[in-house]
Amino acid sequence: MKSHVYRPLLIVFVLIALGFTARVFIVPKDFGIGDRGYMYSWHRKSNEDEWKAFPVKYNFNSKDCSDCHSDNYGSIMGSPHAVIKCENCHGPALNHPAEPPKLQIDKSRALCLRCHYPLPYPTSGRSKIKGVDPITHNPDIECSVCHNPHKPALESMK
Amino acid sequence: MITRRNFLKRAIKGVAGLSLPIAAIGILSPKRLLGAGSDKLGVRWVFLVNTYKCVGCGLCVKACKTENEIPYDANVTRTWVERYVITKDGKRWADTPKGARDGFTTSKIDLGLGHFKEIKADDIEKAFFVPKLCNQCDNPPCVQVCPVGATYQTKSGVVLIDRKWCIGCGYCVMGCPYGVRFFHPIYHVADKCNFCYHRISKGLKTACVEACPFGARQIGNLRDPNDPVTKIIMTERVSVLKPEYGTNPQVYYLGMDEFII
Repeated sequence: MKSHVYRPLLIVFVLIALGFTARVFIVPKDFGIGDRGYMYSWHRKSNEDEWKAFPVKYNFNSKDCSDCHSDNYGSIMGSPHAVIKCENCHGPALNHPAEPPKLQIDKSRALCLRCHYPLPYPTSGRSKIKGVDPITHNPDIECSVCHNPHKPALESMK
Repeated sequence: MITRRNFLKRAIKGVAGLSLPIAAIGILSPKRLLGAGSDKLGVRWVFLVNTYKCVGCGLCVKACKTENEIPYDANVTRTWVERYVITKDGKRWADTPKGARDGFTTSKIDLGLGHFKEIKADDIEKAFFVPKLCNQCDNPPCVQVCPVGATYQTKSGVVLIDRKWCIGCGYCVMGCPYGVRFFHPIYHVADKCNFCYHRISKGLKTACVEACPFGARQIGNLRDPNDPVTKIIMTERVSVLKPEYGTNPQVYYLGMDEFII
């Protein structure tokens, strides 16, 4: 029995077979169902390790800084600024002093104003932080010209 | 034909059917996740945000962008801080200029498109800051919609994105009810907070947790009953964002307010 259906049907089957063959080569070996089943963890397993290998930049362990900079560490630890980690102002320093050998300190007024711009919000801790109006309070100079960020008490002004 | 008997039968079925999903969806169930940790080594990363402590300095956003290589000046960010100001006449104002990358250094509310709203201090009834980040939902809707398996949940609960596998269709960006996903301007793939997966898997804390001077952000393991974060979640009054979506978010908030969206 001859039918006009067979030839296009064969082509369809060949295409499907080609698709499955290509799939074997394209889909990575570790692609599959993970710990949370098909709906939530259908993925390429090695990607987890790729993310784990993403480079860390911040150390955030101020104790490590104190090994060399004990004077600066000591002075800030005795002040209300002790809660601010070194790298928030000094920049990421995981491999310092190898890389970068010298850190870029953010001395901008904008950095200080993150907390010290006065916002009178009664239900937020922000209103309890002392603030200055940046427009009237010595607008052209960096805060650190007069204030020591490691000893912010007004008695110890430069 | 609808008879009285048929109508009553259908009505009972309908009401029972409608009430079922409400009973079936556990809206806030940290206990279930804690219980799932029958193997002692299990880890389920969760986050705790104390909105009382946040002062809106935005140092978390700055640290996050640097740590995770999110282009600093592009208007995308993995975490951000929102400011809410509720005035005495009941009006609600909220903004997050640049995701609070530079903090909040003006009392004017950014309404967008170059418009600002000045609010007098006397008119403020309450005002506060709310940090936001990926909720690492236990039922992540962003993962379900991915057609290629590029985003997935790890065993520890963190939702990751495979940058080599993502085709950039954007379904996940649409699917997230919290709006945490965006397109990475360099890689042109979906991106979002992953609890600094490279840091927490090395025993470090996330960049935002470390950068916060006030302890407003904490990360913990919900499967460890002695973890200080777990203790707070189990014993104090915590809430999550948009629980009605059934996503089972795992970023818990202290000091939530009805105005927070």
